[in-house]
Amino acid sequence: MKPPPFGYHAPRTVGEALDALARGADGPDGGGTKVLAGGQSLIPLLNMRLAAPAALVDINGVTELDGLEATAEGVRVGALARHSRVERSAAAARVQPLLRRALRHVAHPVIRNRGTVVGSLVHADPAAELPAVLALLGGAVELASARGRRTVRARDFFRGPLEPALEPGELAVAAFFPARPPGTGVAFAEFARRHGDYALAGVAALAAVDGRGEVTAARAAFLGVAGVPVVLDLTGPATTGRVAAAVRDRLDPEADLHASADYRRHLAGVLAERAVTEATTEAREDR
Amino acid sequence: MFGDPVVRREDPRLLAGQGRFLDDLGRNALAAAFVRSPHAHARILDIDVADALDVDGLVAVYTWEDLPGRVGEPLPLLIPHPALTHGRTAYPLARDVVRHVGEPVAMVVARDRYLAEDAAERVRVEYGTLPAVVGLENAAAAEHLVHDDVPGNVGAVLRQETGDVDAAIAAAPHVLEFRLDIERSASTPLEGRGVYARWDADDGSLRVYSSTQTSTSVRAAVATKLELPPGKVEVIAPDVGGGFGVKIVHPWPEEILVPWAARLLDREIKWTEDRREHFVASAHERAQIQYVRVGFDDAGRVLGLDVRILHDHGAYTPYGIIIPIVTSTQLLGPYKIGAYRAEVTSLYTNTLIVTPYRGAGRPQGVFCMERTMDRIARHLGRDRTEVRAVNFIRPDEFPYDQGLTFQDGRPLIYDSGDYPGLLAKIKELIGWDGFAAARAADPSRRLGIGLACYVEGTGVGPYEGGHVEIDPTGRVHVSTGLTSQGQGHQTAFAQIAAAELGVPLQDVHVVTGDTRRFGYAVGTFASRAAVMSGNAIALACRRVRAKALRVAGEALEADPADLEITDGVVHVRGDRSARLPLRTVAVLSNPLRYSFDAESAVATQFAVGGSPDEPPVPPGEEPGLEGRDYYSPVRSTFAAGMHAAIVETDPDTAEVRVLRYAVVHDCGRLINPRIVEGQIHGGVAQGIAGALYERMAYDASGQLVNASFMDFLMPYATEIPHIETDHQETPSPLNPLGVKGAGEAGVIPVSAVIAAAVEDAEGIEVNAMPLSPDDLFHLRRRAAGRCHPEPPG
Repeated sequence: MKPPPFGYHAPRTVGEALDALARGADGPDGGGTKVLAGGQSLIPLLNMRLAAPAALVDINGVTELDGLEATAEGVRVGALARHSRVERSAAAARVQPLLRRALRHVAHPVIRNRGTVVGSLVHADPAAELPAVLALLGGAVELASARGRRTVRARDFFRGPLEPALEPGELAVAAFFPARPPGTGVAFAEFARRHGDYALAGVAALAAVDGRGEVTAARAAFLGVAGVPVVLDLTGPATTGRVAAAVRDRLDPEADLHASADYRRHLAGVLAERAVTEATTEAREDR
Repeated sequence: MFGDPVVRREDPRLLAGQGRFLDDLGRNALAAAFVRSPHAHARILDIDVADALDVDGLVAVYTWEDLPGRVGEPLPLLIPHPALTHGRTAYPLARDVVRHVGEPVAMVVARDRYLAEDAAERVRVEYGTLPAVVGLENAAAAEHLVHDDVPGNVGAVLRQETGDVDAAIAAAPHVLEFRLDIERSASTPLEGRGVYARWDADDGSLRVYSSTQTSTSVRAAVATKLELPPGKVEVIAPDVGGGFGVKIVHPWPEEILVPWAARLLDREIKWTEDRREHFVASAHERAQIQYVRVGFDDAGRVLGLDVRILHDHGAYTPYGIIIPIVTSTQLLGPYKIGAYRAEVTSLYTNTLIVTPYRGAGRPQGVFCMERTMDRIARHLGRDRTEVRAVNFIRPDEFPYDQGLTFQDGRPLIYDSGDYPGLLAKIKELIGWDGFAAARAADPSRRLGIGLACYVEGTGVGPYEGGHVEIDPTGRVHVSTGLTSQGQGHQTAFAQIAAAELGVPLQDVHVVTGDTRRFGYAVGTFASRAAVMSGNAIALACRRVRAKALRVAGEALEADPADLEITDGVVHVRGDRSARLPLRTVAVLSNPLRYSFDAESAVATQFAVGGSPDEPPVPPGEEPGLEGRDYYSPVRSTFAAGMHAAIVETDPDTAEVRVLRYAVVHDCGRLINPRIVEGQIHGGVAQGIAGALYERMAYDASGQLVNASFMDFLMPYATEIPHIETDHQETPSPLNPLGVKGAGEAGVIPVSAVIAAAVEDAEGIEVNAMPLSPDDLFHLRRRAAGRCHPEPPG
């Protein structure tokens, strides 16, 4: 479990990073480049020789990517912000409490100390927590390349399992998670075989209530049930108390090593019921 | 000090990162890597190494055709047995056919492991795939064969029988029949295997470091294969990061190939197994299907028990049929069974070899017997503990002969035990009698309680030895040939020596698993180290003590019978004025011509007294304060224990949570209760792993699809409940210390306990382990389907 040979670039600025990526994108050997941030997914892939990029662009020295800003609009997370920093940020938790709630389910503390939020989004693992959070909240990823910058909304960003909407030469520089508006509540629930494992299924939920506490909107984003996060509008079922059944009708998960399709569908319903209920409770308390 | 919960002396070093494990050694050694079969069953058509030769830093590439003489022969069949009629072992590098994914096909040696892997990747092997035999039922159906010359894929049929089972069951008032399934798991030590070899061309000698459970047997195998005198081969087990059975197998292909190449190239070579290799190229255990037929009376007394077992031993049988033997004998547990027959069919499959993993066949046997006891109780509407109690061997019935043959080839005779005593303790500890009322008071929760009993034959022979030497500084050097891989031998063996000799614990230094220090040994497995080496060390200490008293008696002009040793000082009993420290006794024990310091001057020829008519070393004595002795038991000693658990199942997610886990354990006299409890905790953790998490997921083509810690669910500390323990001490009459083994105990009954508790919580039969939430979800569905033919959508 040692990686094959690879080139290594350690840029100090975004410009240098983009140059290195551009060179890799046009490189002669076709191996391409990979961005190294926290390395919590990339390094094991290299060691198992499941990935063999021609070069790594290590952005850990690009200090301008180290931002974490919480404003009334939302939380903007720079490409070098580690999970643990976002998890511990009181300002981020005030603006969008779902971030901290979801991050606590991301692997283990030592991995969160190293892994990055943006890295997790770009890796686009269908069982990961953060893509579902971004999808639920309607957030976006900011991309830069030698050609310029663009912002891709969550629903366009996750194209397939491990397949983000990044073009060759593009670097994800930040992600934006919209704030929780007043009168809404958010919740996160997942079920993993072992503490810190990728979940068999998970759900991020959001609910809004009116002045009387009646549900006016309910939405859930699921992880682990399809190749990309699945967002369902559950407003109707939430008002009639049929969330689990509605979810089971609308999801069509696949079986894998750890769970059959039936069980995963069942579990998604259980978790959605729990998360929507919790989000609704929070929304009512926030009226 | 013997019997005290002394804190493990090895831990500060290990916890501070100062351990010296295999991969910490040989920093300048070349690295080996292996090309391994990607197919479960295939013929090797061609091997082309041309591409690999382009890798800068490559030193050598070897295939089977390069292996000379005995190196190229099949690996030894370590434990032959008359029932193993079709034993087969692999070649160190595959010859014509590969029979499991991970089987080594070529060895690459390069400047470092990175380059070795680069080169290994470039070795092109052309295979012609053959049908793979995966799973016990496919193996038994034998539509395809793993070995062309093994009909029916049957390696062995082992029968153990006492009494007329068919007649007993036919006459029994009640008969039950059912099937049980147990999945594969594996030892998965933190440190994988590893070998580092240094050839000394000037001396014609070889030094091999191996992460092994048996350095002496590795030496014997390497010396034989490489045709070297055993005296020219040293094998040392450095710090070993866990074994749990997998490292008792030897010689692994790498243990022959790495030393062979080191000699051939006259270069140091090291191979450190990585985790992916460990999953597909070491060994697994457990998998069995059991067909049970039991006849019993109205009290639940078992009159006849007939068990047919299919055992999956993988592609080869280097370790023989030890697991089937252990399963079929230890299945009986603490019970007197009227008539018993076990027939184990041990089958080849195109999967990794199966060799003992902590428990070594006992968890399967106990699962069978304890599930049987629970079924009898349910059938009769009796309390589960009551049914067990009526079947117990009574304390006044020891020694108790079960009428079978155990894994040491000796009769299965239990030496001592008190099973009713254990049952009373476990019921008390878990609160068995109060549980039903507590559950009834909390009907919103799905709670269940379960219990299981086991007997474990420990301390199998043939022997172990101990050597003890007190040097002129008073330090006590203890060595034994068996190895350590985390058991706390530095502490427990030192406690034994300190108690026997009357010296402070800190003066005792223990060396294990180093053939330079002790050449005769068997190894660390089968819960035998404390029984075997512990007693051997005690006997060696007694020799040294007797000699110390003789030498001191001479100097103090006292009768040795009146002397004793306290805190490292020999003195007359009840009188500490006439005294001689052991360090001085050590000096006096070795008559010297030349002094090298003030202490040694007293032993030179013009300083010592003694009779001028006697030789300085009296007849029958040897110079030096040292002693060696061996312990070789007539047969194994039998430890026992009972575990109980309370679980809660989630009605929605089907998750099983272990709320309480209780253990009552009897391993005879305790040398160190803290170490015994540590062994129990580790064992229970591995038991929970096998009950709820771990399985080896082979697909139909023989690919192990979960060969990583991401998908093979070895539980973390977060998944293991707090473990409550209590002890009972029933000394063994068979050995001087009265001890029994404790290493494997913790793991043995756990699957049976968890199955019983889940069954109690759910009211659904649990016949297979491990039990995942997905499994429980489907068990519930099937049970609901039986109640409601038209389940609501």
